[in-house]
Amino acid sequence: MKVAALRNGTVIDHIPSEKLFQVITILELDGVTNQVTFGYNLESKKLGKKAIIKVSDKYLSQDEVNKIAILAPMAKINIIKEYEVAEKMQLQLPDEIIGVIKCKNPKCITNNEPMSTKFRAIDKTKGLFKCHYCERIVEGENVVII
Amino acid sequence: MANRSLVSITDYSREKILQILEKAEAFEKNPNQQILNGKVIATLFFEPSTRTRLSFETAVNRLGGRVIGFSDASTTSGTKGETLKDTIIMVSNYADLIVMRNPIEGAARYASEVSSVPVVNAGDGANQHPTQTMLDLYSIKKTQGRLEDLKICMVGDLKYGRTVHSLIQAMSHFNPTFSFIAPKELELPEEYKLFCKEHNIPFEEHTELNEANIADADILYMTRVQKERFTDLFEYEKVRNVYTLRNKLLENTKPNLRILHPLPRVNEIDYDVDNNEKAYYFQQAKNGVYARQAVICDLLGL
Repeated sequence: MKVAALRNGTVIDHIPSEKLFQVITILELDGVTNQVTFGYNLESKKLGKKAIIKVSDKYLSQDEVNKIAILAPMAKINIIKEYEVAEKMQLQLPDEIIGVIKCKNPKCITNNEPMSTKFRAIDKTKGLFKCHYCERIVEGENVVII
Repeated sequence: MANRSLVSITDYSREKILQILEKAEAFEKNPNQQILNGKVIATLFFEPSTRTRLSFETAVNRLGGRVIGFSDASTTSGTKGETLKDTIIMVSNYADLIVMRNPIEGAARYASEVSSVPVVNAGDGANQHPTQTMLDLYSIKKTQGRLEDLKICMVGDLKYGRTVHSLIQAMSHFNPTFSFIAPKELELPEEYKLFCKEHNIPFEEHTELNEANIADADILYMTRVQKERFTDLFEYEKVRNVYTLRNKLLENTKPNLRILHPLPRVNEIDYDVDNNEKAYYFQQAKNGVYARQAVICDLLGL
């Protein structure tokens, strides 16, 4: 099966199922011409239902990996070269997240002006993010991606 | 880009707070000076305010500066769809410092990032109002002779009251003890209780304003319980009378106790309290002029 036969590329495993489409969006996979395979609602002992993404001939930048960390801190990212795992990339939440998270406060300036949002990770283990502008705090699981 | 702005009380360190308070003290002794001679200060009030705008303008006028601005956003190009960014860039070409109140939260932070001159946040929605906090601190220090080791009792709307939240953050530098008195519907948000715990600040919580709960307080910080916060007006009526401070309640309080209120007051402090020597809210509002003189001069490097 083609799914297993990823020769070169990236595998993102252990994505909570409900986050799959957000991960696709932030990686802009809906616009690529590479071969991409998605697995959705797969059985997982850890997560209940998990999702997996395999992208041929694409290697994620640290910046892209960091964005995944916001949505799916448990995800595992493997770089595949010639059918072998060449590298396991570590997920690391960035200190500052610009233009990725949408502020949920309707009265926040970022929802009222044409501008980028900016969040700071104030607690990386709990996944708490603080809006740099209105100073409201959002929890990781409630994060909305722009 | 201006990095000398005052947007949030957390922009100030303990040392900075003390330095500004010292400056304010000097202005109280001598509020009429010509330090701002030749300076133009813009006061941009996108939302109505009496005290804050008048006290900022008084502060500038007494120091010989000039004021431009508006107190009604409907007279500005904002109504034509101009962005805040464009308005701020334009005004920062005219003025030496911008004072802004805006109902949009985070507007002041954003303004400080696009402005070439310092910005003072005079209130951004429910978020921050740091000069109010500075005048609160000034009033506490003036009436108690110190900021350290005081028992601050906060009463009323502790959920939405931004002055309460900022005062908790600012006082955290000075080893306070807090007592929070509020109805269940308006109790202090979890994040501020967590803030106290993280900073090892002892606090107690009560739902009733009675003699026992304020007996050992040094400062009674009253806030307005707003009718519009209640979904059940019956609940409001119940709560309203419970959270009204009357003279009788003050009989056994500490002699050094002073009552503060950011104003406007509606019915949470009975008029019979006004003549009590422990009432300090009108002097507190007056202190706003000196605190704002100190903040403005500090931001302008004067």
